[in-house]
This record gives sequence, C-alpha cells and structure tokens, in this order.
Amino acid sequence: MSTNGGAAAIVERAETLYHDVGLASVRRHKAAHGGLAIGYLPIWAPRELLHAQGVLPVGLMGGGDDVEIIRGDAYYQSYICHLPRSVVELGLGGQLDVLDGVLFPAICDVIRNLSGVWQMRFPDKLVRYLDVPQNFDPEIGGAFLRSELESLAADLAERGARPLDPDALRASIAAYNRNRRLVVDLYDLRRREPWKIPTWELYVVLRAGMLLPVEQFDELLVAYRAAVAGDESRQPLDQARVVVIGSFCEQPPLGLIKTLERSGCYIVDDDFAQVHRFLRGDVDTDGDPLDAIVRAFLSSAIESPTRFSAPGAKSAALAERVRACGAEGVLFCAPSFCDPALLDQPLATRAMEAAGVPWTAFKYSENTGQFQVIREQAGTFADSIKLWSGDTPMRASR
Amino acid sequence: MKASKDASQLRQKQMIAEHYSRLARSGETGEKSVYTFVPGNLTELLRSFDLLPVLPEINALQSAMRGKSKEYIAIAEKAGHSEDVCTYVKCDYGMMKSGNVGPTGERLPQPDLLLLSYTGCFTFLKWFEILREEYSAPAVMLHVPYQADGRITESMRRYVVHQLREKVIPELERLSGRAYDEDRLKECLTRSARAEDDLVAVLESAKHRPSPIDAYFGGVYYVGPIFSAFRGGEEACAYYRELRQEVEERVASGLGPVTPEGQLTRERFRLVVEGPPNWTHFHEFWKMFADEGAVVVASTYTKVGGVYDTGFRHDPEHPLETLADYCMGCYTNLSLPTRVDLLARYLTEYDADGLLVHSIKSCNSFSAGQLAMLRDVEARTGRPCGFIESDLVDPRYFSAANIRNRLESFFQMIDQKRERATA
Repeated sequence: MSTNGGAAAIVERAETLYHDVGLASVRRHKAAHGGLAIGYLPIWAPRELLHAQGVLPVGLMGGGDDVEIIRGDAYYQSYICHLPRSVVELGLGGQLDVLDGVLFPAICDVIRNLSGVWQMRFPDKLVRYLDVPQNFDPEIGGAFLRSELESLAADLAERGARPLDPDALRASIAAYNRNRRLVVDLYDLRRREPWKIPTWELYVVLRAGMLLPVEQFDELLVAYRAAVAGDESRQPLDQARVVVIGSFCEQPPLGLIKTLERSGCYIVDDDFAQVHRFLRGDVDTDGDPLDAIVRAFLSSAIESPTRFSAPGAKSAALAERVRACGAEGVLFCAPSFCDPALLDQPLATRAMEAAGVPWTAFKYSENTGQFQVIREQAGTFADSIKLWSGDTPMRASR
Repeated sequence: MKASKDASQLRQKQMIAEHYSRLARSGETGEKSVYTFVPGNLTELLRSFDLLPVLPEINALQSAMRGKSKEYIAIAEKAGHSEDVCTYVKCDYGMMKSGNVGPTGERLPQPDLLLLSYTGCFTFLKWFEILREEYSAPAVMLHVPYQADGRITESMRRYVVHQLREKVIPELERLSGRAYDEDRLKECLTRSARAEDDLVAVLESAKHRPSPIDAYFGGVYYVGPIFSAFRGGEEACAYYRELRQEVEERVASGLGPVTPEGQLTRERFRLVVEGPPNWTHFHEFWKMFADEGAVVVASTYTKVGGVYDTGFRHDPEHPLETLADYCMGCYTNLSLPTRVDLLARYLTEYDADGLLVHSIKSCNSFSAGQLAMLRDVEARTGRPCGFIESDLVDPRYFSAANIRNRLESFFQMIDQKRERATA
C-alpha cells in the first residue's frame, strides 16, 4: 500500500470501511475470492481457525450511529443495550446476507440470546454460540474448548469451507501473531507519543481490520504507522493521559472518541475493538495448533470482565495497565445496560481509589448523538488532572 | 374472604423457618454455609456433605416481599452500582451492608464458600465476584455450558462432570472435612426424584378445568422447597406428597385455585406466563389476575430451578452425570427456540387462552429475545400473546396502572377471539 497520501488517505480509507455496515467490502471480497464469510460478535473469536479454513472472519460491532433502528427496537426492550437491536436491524434488512453464518461468543446473556434470535430468523445460516470455558484448567476447560473448536471446524467444513488442516492452521496462527504484533506496536507508539496517533484514527483502522483479510489489514497497519511516525506536524499538547475502560462490546460512536480527545484527553489505552488484543502475545506455532489456540485462550487472554478470574486479578490488571501506559486517570466509559462492564465498575473504581488514580464514569449507546455533557465531564476531569495532579513523570518529560 | 393456609403451606413455612434458624445458629453449631444460586443448584451434593445452602436470589425476593428492597437497592447505588444492572444483586448487596438479616429476622452467616454454579445467567458470575471481595470468601466455579443447539452433547456433560469431580467436590471436602460419599449422594438423589414426581403431578394438575392451582403465583410457593435448600431431603418428599394430596382433593372437588383473596370461583381465562413475577407488589400483581378470573395454568419461571415436566428426573445411578444434566436443563439455560417449543407446548397441552410475557428489566437472561419468542409463539399457535413489564425487586419499575391497562387489553383480546370463534 502506498503511503503517498499520508495518514489522511489511509484514515479516510479506514473510515470508509468503518462506515461499511452493509458489508460491501465483504461482498467484493467474496465475489473476487469466493469462500465463506462468517461474522463474529465481540469479544473474541478463533479467527485463526476460520482463516485456516479459507473463511473470511468479519467482525460485527453493531450499526453505530449509521443505522436507523426500526425493526430492531421491536425486538428489544428499552432496558437492553443497543448493540443487538442494530445487529438485528442489519440482519432483517438484508445487509448481513453476505455472511454465511455468525459466531456468538459467550460474553453475556444478551449476546447469548441473540444467538437464539438468529436461529429463529435465519434458519439457513450457520449460527454458533461459542461457549468458551470459565474453567481455565487445560485438562478441563481446555478439553471443552478444544471440543467446541473442533465442532466449529466441522460445521464450517459442512458449509463448504476447507477441512481444518494442521499446517494451514499453523500458518494462520503465524499470520495473526504478526497482525497482533503490528496492532500492539501501534498501541505502544500511541502510549509513547499519543499526539502521533489520535485514538479516533487508530480506532477506525482497527475497525477496518475487522472487515479486511488479515494480510490486507497488516498492510494498512504498516502504512498507517509509517505515515504517522514520520509526521512532524503532529506535536504534543498539554492533555491528560487517560485509560478508557468498559467499551469492549458495544462500541462508542466515533464522535464520542473524538469528543474525549477534544476535551483534553490523550487516550493511552482502551478496550476498543478488543478482538485484536484479547490474547496477549503470540500463539504457539509449534506442536498441535488447535491446542495452541486453546492454551492461548486459557492462559494468555486479558483480564476481561467476561471471565471469572482469580481474586483481585482484574483490579491488579487495571492498575498495571494504568501504570504501564503512564495514565493519569481512568474514564469508565461503558454502554448503557452492559452488565459485564457496569457490574465490574464498583470493584474497579475501588481499586483505582486504592491506587490513588483519579477516575470518572459515564455511559453511552452506540448511537449517542449528543456529546456536550460528556465533553464537559471529560474536560473537567482532564483539567482537574492537569491542575491538581502535579507533574507526573510523563507530563514532566514533555 | 381471605384464604386459610393448607397443611402443606404450614409445613413449608416451618421448613423455611427451621432452615434460617439453623443458618443463624451456625456460628455456634459449627455448620458451614455455602452461598449458591437457584438455577443449577447442587443441593443434593451439599446435603451429602452436611453443608447449608444460602440462596441470595431467595433472600433478595424475600427482602422485596418484606418491603426492604428499595432501601437495599439505594445503598448499592450509593456505593456505585449502576441503576442499569440486576436489582437482585443490588438488593443482596444492600442487605449485606445492612447486617445481612434474613427473612425471619435473624442474621445470616457469612459464606464459608461461594459455589458459583454458572447456569443460565451471566450476572451470577459478576455477583459472586462482588461477594467474594466483600466477604473475602473462597469461591469455586462450576461453568455450565448453554444448550445453544437444544441438546446436551457428551462434551458438555463431560466438562461439567469433570469440574464437579476435580474442582467442586475437592472444595466441598476441604470445607466440610469429610470425604465425598457417593452412596449418600445417591440416597439424596433418590429422594429428589420422588419429590420431582410429586411436583410434576402438582404442576400438571392445571390441565384440569378448572385448574386447581395457579401455576405462577401459587407455583412460586410450590417450587420453593425443591428449588432451594430442601431437594434431596425427607422433608421435601413429605412436603410434595402432602401438596399433591391436597391438589388431588381439589381436583376431585372441582375447586379452582386459592388466591390471596380467597377461593377463585370462576375461571375465565387460562394463561401461560413467561418470565419471573414482580416481588415488590406480588399480591397486588396476583390480584390483578384473580379479579379477572385469570388463572395461570403453566409458567416458565417455575422451571428456572429445574425443568421436570419434560421428563428429567435426578438419576441416582449416575450421580454426577445427572447433576450435570440437571444444571444444563434449567430453563434459562435453554436456547430461545427450545423455550418457544416449550411455551407452544404449554399453550396446547394446558388448553390455554393465551401467552403473557412478563418482561423483567433486571433480567437479561429471561428478557433479551422475549419479543421474538412472543411473535413466534403467536405465529405457531395462533393464540393471543400479551406483554407487560416491571422488575424483580425494584419497586420503582412497578407501574400498577400501566400493567392493569395492558392486562385488560389482553383479556379483551382473548374475549374478542372467543367471540369470533363462536360467531
């Protein structure tokens, strides 16, 4: 990919894909290359396995603020989060017809039950509830996850995908390892020089990667990094460094991310489009590749609100994230009615208070259109950090 | 006319009082308490170790019926718990912070163990993370796979049994100081199956006209012992035997159900209800049905702690496997298409006039997808379906006028359908 257009052209392309809720890019891919396309909902899906079977994994993150909800609201009560209603809207509107099936990972009751709605409304499609273990013993939860993955692979093959081949899976694991490293590298650069990588740009790049074949996503990441790293017009501002927590499933509208940045925050870590960073580090390419994916899920996954972790592990992990990225505060930014995120908050905020980390909290829906209140809240929060937190090592170094 | 209590009701009241009293005295007696949940509860297993179950959902609903939940929820929200999340959790949290006084007015013991049987509800996981931190109590997780495809696979069963054998039982051995006794477990399971037979007979009595029971408002009392601390014990067997006899006598006498307002004399509507009841205004809610002569002949809430009327019984010959199947078979662990099948079956087998969905703000496990289910049941059976909303234990979400209006419309719809059929 050319970097001639600089970051703006790359971001523009990514933003186009971000708005591609009707999956035109997936249609083009299938027309050109054939094969199956399988959607997956947040947070984690075994994309390596799909890739190895010649299937295009397609991240479904809802309709954002691009979709007018009519039928979706007739499916969900007002006290249920927004994501399933936009996914249903897209499904019933035929915009997801290009998908041969959808994976529904076990993260909450809403996504779980959405798999049932899909079974009822799209009986001809592959509908897989991906029941991931909450027991992390390789002999117990590992055996179960392996069985789930084998069953998924068989279902895909039955639908016309290539049978799962260990060598192909190893190659796909290597491809996603490479991709994960590129994503992590961008996060590292943003951590060091957040003025180089506005989070809204990083975010649309990550979202684009959920529609593209992994190899094309790699190219996008490389090109974007090259473009921003060398862009001397991007200079530091006196902004507060914050971690944004809680947006791992239903995503905030792009306008909200921009609002946070405009309100005086550098987002130096976040939960957005988490599938790209759900696994920490590489998946083994030695030995049995399916076992390697299982092992990675059991032992290398992040401390997600959707996992039953050891006592104190999530609080410790959050404190470590804050420390590692030199953040000066935390924004708890969860979707309304998101059980995993909101039920985590009391313990997480307590952990932040114990660590002396300032925090504030607000909620959103994927189609939130008014940001003024959030801008004032985040702006006040950033100002208070800048006024009262003194020179943190990160601020002093600038 | 107010209703008098049957012998079985008095027996149940006595059983519950004794259980809470035993819990309150556990500090002196040295008995250990295990907090766990209704869906997927492992009562027989706990009983085989002489451990005492505490069920936080039951405490929460009891708090609501005693008018305490509003205050408890306020305490939780003040502590940072979102207004959006499950009110059972917040009610339990507030009760804990207020001294953990149970429904009989006695203080409940702190958990010696949190047994997280993660069955059919994701919030359970978060709930016990919060309690684990608050009580500094150990927790053991039993992950129960979801029946997404409407069946239990061998891999799912093996996974649950493996966890029982390698994780849950060793933890119970450590806590109780005694070895796992499979023969004792089998004895409990034998008694469970006996009580389950009687419970099913009671529930299926509603196929008679008039129905001798209300399978929702009355049903929640009937399932109380078997969903909570008593399954696997002789006292549960005695309770269900007695209840069945009482119900059979009502059938023989052609009597309808007893409501808080007394004997229901005219059965005008026969309903199937999907979803939990509201607990803060339980009697007012029930009265809205009773006033119209509406009797619930089958309900899904009375299946959250086990679905027995499709044939499942605890099987003492395969003790751990049967516990696994029990957990996976609880109602909210069933896929939406399976739930639709069950509702359609109830409408037909109980010759019901319509389905009423009571959607609960707090409970995504039940509520998410109910509108799609409603449409499918209506399309499949051709019977009217109605929809009302409130909450489990948060009184702010119970709007009596709104619910009454919707119920009246629903009953009118049924009447019109009848008139058209006879025209």
